[in-house]
Amino acid sequence: MGKTLFDKIWDKHVVEKIQDGPSVVYIDNHFIHEVTSPQAFKGIEQRGEQLFRPKQTVATADHNVPTLNQHLPIKDELSRMQVEQLINNCEKHGVELYGLGHPYQGIVHVIGPELGITQPGMTIVCGDSHTSTHGAFGTIAFGIGTSEVEMVFASQCVLQTKPKTMRINIEGALNKGVVSKDIILYIIAKISASGATGYFVEYAGSTIRALSMEARMTICNMSIEMGARGGMIAPDEITYSYMKGRAYAPKGGEWDKKKAQWEQLYTDADAQFDMEININAADIQPMITYGTNPGLGIAVNAHIPVVQSITEEGEKKTIEKALQYMGLESGQSLIGMPIQHVFIGSCTNSRIEDLREVAALVKGKKKSDKVQVMIVPGSQQVAKQVNAEGLDRIFAEAGFQIRQAGCSACLGMNEDKIPAGEYCISTSNRNFEGRQGAGARTLLASPLTAAAAALTGVVTDVREIM
Amino acid sequence: MKALQKINSRFVPLPIENVDTDQIIPARFLKATTRDGFGKNLFRDWRYENNDESKPKADFVLNQTQYSGEILVAGKNFGCGSSREHAAWSILDYGFFAVVSSFFADIFKNNALNNGVLPVTVSEGFLQKIFQQGNESTLSIDVAAQTITIDATGDTENFELNPYKKTCLLNGYDDIDFLLSKRETIAQFEKEKV
Repeated sequence: MGKTLFDKIWDKHVVEKIQDGPSVVYIDNHFIHEVTSPQAFKGIEQRGEQLFRPKQTVATADHNVPTLNQHLPIKDELSRMQVEQLINNCEKHGVELYGLGHPYQGIVHVIGPELGITQPGMTIVCGDSHTSTHGAFGTIAFGIGTSEVEMVFASQCVLQTKPKTMRINIEGALNKGVVSKDIILYIIAKISASGATGYFVEYAGSTIRALSMEARMTICNMSIEMGARGGMIAPDEITYSYMKGRAYAPKGGEWDKKKAQWEQLYTDADAQFDMEININAADIQPMITYGTNPGLGIAVNAHIPVVQSITEEGEKKTIEKALQYMGLESGQSLIGMPIQHVFIGSCTNSRIEDLREVAALVKGKKKSDKVQVMIVPGSQQVAKQVNAEGLDRIFAEAGFQIRQAGCSACLGMNEDKIPAGEYCISTSNRNFEGRQGAGARTLLASPLTAAAAALTGVVTDVREIM
Repeated sequence: MKALQKINSRFVPLPIENVDTDQIIPARFLKATTRDGFGKNLFRDWRYENNDESKPKADFVLNQTQYSGEILVAGKNFGCGSSREHAAWSILDYGFFAVVSSFFADIFKNNALNNGVLPVTVSEGFLQKIFQQGNESTLSIDVAAQTITIDATGDTENFELNPYKKTCLLNGYDDIDFLLSKRETIAQFEKEKV
């Protein structure tokens, strides 16, 4: 029987299988950031050990960094200390750091691919659940806890139980106004926020094949939002042309050798998955979430479910609690509802292609004066590209505030927060209670749908202004 | 990591599904560089009005003195969302040694086990039975036997636990010591790997 893409990579990385236990899985690349690494560095030091393979770890500062005036010291003392500790730890242990002020700094899941560190066939981990992003290149990439970060420091391995495999096939052309964010929001709404727990997902089909690398990353990024251990897409010519020439990508003869290996990375025709889901791209409309988990999403022009019609008691309570927090009504349409903030950024949607899509829509237009719009490039390199292409002028003329690279208002940890009770259409990945700041109300959507709302000041079906 | 063999305790019921790690410990409390002291911010925004410790929300279970114990019992898909191990640290620091639910998110489950907090997965029916018990009711968890019992009714269910992880938990062993002992094997693997 043939092998799945997942199995091909997994099998190459198992150092040994513990009897009746997990496997010792070798990790090719490890990314770290300031929030989930300090305790791991401390742990390894307390054991009197050195990092086993420090050259296979790359660090950046992203969660805690301000997105304005990055040349000044960080105002928040605890944030500053955490970022300083990362600098000290990296220096002491010989880890490459792309920190504040470095031209490569940015959100960890934006810089890895953009620098060509992320390559097909690798195993990649990071103390961050959105590590699944890197799966877009045909890697096994997943988020880990801080104890596991310490395991990688200690041994360049983690202990993992082999997950089950799932394939999601998406076929056909996308409707007008529908982009990859809508695909993944549609899938999560369909199978729920826990629908893929215990599985590693491969996305396949003609719709996926036609997507750019940026669009594929958006899909893999949100795999965790349906509980999946990770998500992956087999590499192809689109992958190779994205990678070629990037800082860490192989060069010359080495490139050809590697490419020949990468071309073997696909699921064999007769391979079996534990679960398969088939989706018709024509069924997908621009999506938006109304609730407090990413599975509570609807087509932007649809109505919130009628709570009384839900038979499953747990689900009913979840939606009731969500609607209460969100200040929304059962059965309501969101179209035309005023919003106060638009956030375009995060490891889900802050890459150059996302920002180009937004710029194309808002060119020559002005934002609603009832809305504040933050646009946060995912990395210094994306920011540079934005300027090189003149997108910064389009955004400035539209009244959007362009900020500096970082996680920004995705997670309510740095200075960028949404005030309590106010609505934000966000291109990020989580709409949990308080995620963007205590009491903030998040509606997840694509960059296009977010930009449409920025122009009108209300929830808008982007197809009507395209 | 401290060894964990048996727990016999009252429990704190949290009959809410999809409890995500941002609720367990909001991101603004992740700025510490040690593992200690997270318990006071456990469920911070469900626990206090306007982030004000002098204004506990009376309807939240951690503020209801009739409930206490070393076991947290919660609705399905507990611990979904971010990989922050701080969620497990805050639960442990608060004084819970086990979380019972009908379904756990993967990363949280690993993080909990790596800190000596036992995630106990029970059937939905058993979970509902626990929620029906009064606040004086106790649960018994036996790690070696992999059983959980509602003491008042005698209802017992077995739970799954990876044998390797079970050994770690029972003895307080830690994965990092294990992996450090494997460095030679790993170095050999690196040489043979293309």
